[in-house]
Amino acid sequence: MINHDTGDGRRATLASAYSSNSRLERVLKAGYFAVTSELAPPDSANPEDVYARARVFDGYVDSMNATDGSGANCHMSSVAMCALLSRVGYDTVMQISCRDRNRIAIQGDVLGAAALGVNNILCLTGDGVQVGDHPEAKPVFDLDSMSLLDVIVGLRDKKTFVSGRKISDPPRVFLGAAENPFVPPQDFRPYRLAKKIAAGAQFIQTQYCFDLPQFETFMARSRDLGLLEKCFILPGVGPLASARAANWMRSHVPGVHIPDAVIKRLEGAQDQKEEGRQICIEMIQQLREIQGVSGVHVMAHRQESAVADIIKKSGVLDERRPWVPDSEQQRGEQQRGEQHKLAAGFGHE
Amino acid sequence: MYSIRRWVVRNARFFEVVYRTFEPVVIKLAPLWNKVGYPRVEKPVSKLEKFSKELLFDCKMCGQCILSSTGMSCPMNCPKSMRNGPCGGVLQNGHCEVLPEKRCVWVDAWEGSKKMKSGDAIHAVQLPIDHRLQGSSSWLRVARQATDAASQHKQEGRDD
Repeated sequence: MINHDTGDGRRATLASAYSSNSRLERVLKAGYFAVTSELAPPDSANPEDVYARARVFDGYVDSMNATDGSGANCHMSSVAMCALLSRVGYDTVMQISCRDRNRIAIQGDVLGAAALGVNNILCLTGDGVQVGDHPEAKPVFDLDSMSLLDVIVGLRDKKTFVSGRKISDPPRVFLGAAENPFVPPQDFRPYRLAKKIAAGAQFIQTQYCFDLPQFETFMARSRDLGLLEKCFILPGVGPLASARAANWMRSHVPGVHIPDAVIKRLEGAQDQKEEGRQICIEMIQQLREIQGVSGVHVMAHRQESAVADIIKKSGVLDERRPWVPDSEQQRGEQQRGEQHKLAAGFGHE
Repeated sequence: MYSIRRWVVRNARFFEVVYRTFEPVVIKLAPLWNKVGYPRVEKPVSKLEKFSKELLFDCKMCGQCILSSTGMSCPMNCPKSMRNGPCGGVLQNGHCEVLPEKRCVWVDAWEGSKKMKSGDAIHAVQLPIDHRLQGSSSWLRVARQATDAASQHKQEGRDD
């Protein structure tokens, strides 16, 4: 049961059951426990920065999310990161936020991204500009996450732009959306999930889960609504660096809910960083036991190098080793990165 | 006004009834709108609509009113203009991440919709908004659509 057909997704003949060439879609539909992670976008124009950040996950994740100006901060664009990574063959989840672009720009980017080899798209509304480093910027929000899903479904399945104008080759993408079961109005959240599925979401990645009972309630209600057969759910997890960091996160990062018990456990630990990782490992193992959980999405901000170890210790991959680029290709990309560095060096002189 | 807007949501059932009574009246008046001409009647009606809905709902005159699908809480008051539900950044006290001193319009919308008879309308997916309609009257649009649909229906009947 190792690797299945997922190592060669891009070249494989596609069954009509697949809506994209995505490796993530294949892993999920084959019934494996999938692991995705979040890539830290570089503040640079050097492609090697992207490859280096991706490499730390090699062999432990099925797909990587490239964030689109997360937290309303400026970084390299998600479409560019995904295009660079797909050159090597990595599977990526391109995040699209509605904050910075209108429907004309977004539809163009979706076509362009698909042409460049992007197979998965995560539709987000996006953080408000006020939380980021450019609070003076104009918030666009022409679409919201739900209408964005609808727009991309139109491109993919109806082969038309919002305007109704035809496109010849539709973007073959596996569509995802986010959900946060941990913030009010909690009893509306399963219905909102239903709405996202109706709008076209095929997989869901959630906000950080630190509160298992609350997540279980959400899943039970979603099950009652018959949603779990229609969508793959990947709860978000991540290691907390310390009790202080956890406290800061819950008071400063909108949407992050961390119960007091978790913070107490961190405070009581001798090595808080290690304890944070242990909590994350246990959370992954517990989540796996919940009916309808198809994988996890690991967001390890500034602890990306710990992800491989966390996944390994959690044992959720069993014997499976997710796709890794072959070394020759990788070396080629490295060399290209070096050349770029040289060129950049000359340019600055 | 914020406090009036909140009060309206608390009384969403009552305002649903008001709207239900009011809508057929606007539609019934369609022959009058037609006679005067929609472009001519647009200005005074949209002014009246703006005045009354601004007072009650903090209406932003998007021109595509979906109050009856959003628990009588205007979604255009959301700083992200979300028309399909709350974002993932709602604070634990039910307030907005962008305007922490205000309650999330979708927390209110959900509560309002639970009080309404047709509250289930909140589950329908709202499609992208048409920004050209900003500032125009939703009432007249509804009246016009209703009469257009009726005349089309008649036309189809004749064709058969």
